[in-house]
Amino acid sequence: MDRLRSIFEVFSGDTNADRVVPPSGFTSRLTSFTAGAMAFLTVFALALSLATGRLADRWDAELARTSTIRIAAPEGQLAAQSEAVLEVLRTTPGIASARVMSDAEQRKLLEPWFGPDLPLDTLPVPRLIEVLEEGKGPDMAGLKLRLSAEAPGAVLDDHTRWRRPLVNAATRLRLLGLVSILLIAGSMAAMITLAAQSALAANGQVIGVLRLIGARDVYIARAFVRRFTLRALIGAAIGTALAMIGVAFMPAPAEEGAFLTGLGFVGWHWFLPIIVPVIAAVVAFWATRLAAFRALSRLS
Amino acid sequence: MIELKNAGFNYGGRDILSDMTLRLSPGSFHFLTGPSGSGKTTLLNLCYQALMPTTGMVRIFEQDVRAMTRDDVARVRRRIGVVHQNCQFLDHISVRDNLTLPLAVSGRESEVDQGNVDDLLSWVGLSERGDALPPELSGGERQRAALARAIIMSPDLILADEPTGNVDWEMAQRLIALLVELNRMGKTILIATHDLNLIRNTKSEVSARVLRINNTKLQLAGADL
Repeated sequence: MDRLRSIFEVFSGDTNADRVVPPSGFTSRLTSFTAGAMAFLTVFALALSLATGRLADRWDAELARTSTIRIAAPEGQLAAQSEAVLEVLRTTPGIASARVMSDAEQRKLLEPWFGPDLPLDTLPVPRLIEVLEEGKGPDMAGLKLRLSAEAPGAVLDDHTRWRRPLVNAATRLRLLGLVSILLIAGSMAAMITLAAQSALAANGQVIGVLRLIGARDVYIARAFVRRFTLRALIGAAIGTALAMIGVAFMPAPAEEGAFLTGLGFVGWHWFLPIIVPVIAAVVAFWATRLAAFRALSRLS
Repeated sequence: MIELKNAGFNYGGRDILSDMTLRLSPGSFHFLTGPSGSGKTTLLNLCYQALMPTTGMVRIFEQDVRAMTRDDVARVRRRIGVVHQNCQFLDHISVRDNLTLPLAVSGRESEVDQGNVDDLLSWVGLSERGDALPPELSGGERQRAALARAIIMSPDLILADEPTGNVDWEMAQRLIALLVELNRMGKTILIATHDLNLIRNTKSEVSARVLRINNTKLQLAGADL
């Protein structure tokens, strides 16, 4: 309860406690700048983390529900093997639908590599069948065996090969983003602790006078804590605001840009950066408080 | 009020004070004398727990200093006015604000009455200097400001370490007269000084005990004082 009260006192204001510590321009500015820079980086780390999270979920969802069957057969057998594959799929549990991709769709798939107006009929392009799954999906091992028996040219690709590394990469990237946020918070705590220690050391005479006239440690600490907490809060608020403006001006998500254009906040995620200055203030509060009490305990 | 029983202080293997036994009763007036470096300041420091005794016992307001928490020390110091040889102030705030600081740190800022502060400034002869910053004060003015700060909380005990060290004879007389007046109001006074003439002059004004530190030990001074 006492600690909660001391947190509120930091913001409710104790002008007298604030007045006893002489203005320390450089350390104060350093604290504000550090908090601002750290908040700026935190917002970007947060945006990256959320974007990769979204990407991981999307890739996982999109790729998990589909698979592709590729049929590479001599010209005369292609239609028969396609029909055989469709028949196998129709009778396989866990398959919602299956359809042969049209030439136009295949041309669109190849367009990024071969350009438009690709003469598909002159190229030995395999036939592609898109399979949409339902429920728990089909028994892939069994399906592969049946396909190899009914259509020797058919190869089943359940996208696991693509999906797993992509989802793993996105998940790791999200984790790295969160670790970065923790490291940034830790660095900020370290910087503010150093700044507070420097301020405490520079104000040895002030502390001596205050102890002499009967000031309790909590009173002396409060003067420093209030100053550094407010500096960190203001610096972090400015850093957060600038970072949010930066994120807002990122290009809108687009198919062409894939991942890079999806870096930003979506929906309620825009409210998340608001907690960054609050966390910065809490970090500054505890870092300064611990540094102050540690320094004061060494004095008589 | 303050009680030392066989108290000693050792620093770096050397005894600064040893076997000190002293009792300051309420309303008493004591001088503490001895040559420079004899340990007068150390003894005063033991009396407001700026130092801990290395041997023996020190009790301040019935509390054993070894059992005191840091908050206890702060509370005890609010009942003791200390005037240091080198008076220290918060140099960035005015003399007036420095004077009221003891009230502020003890949560009694609402009791600050600027009229009373003016009276106090006038009493120590600093009426015109209330808005000055401490570095702008002369040595004597600093001593008087320190005395004013020491008494603003109406402490039970006043410890003064060479309060006349930086002032001329006339000013020294004025400062001592202030302390005598406080003693008449019931305050306990302990003054460390090496100025024997000052002690002799004051003894004609007030019933004072004179203690001397000699070879780390505390003695009652002889009849010459």
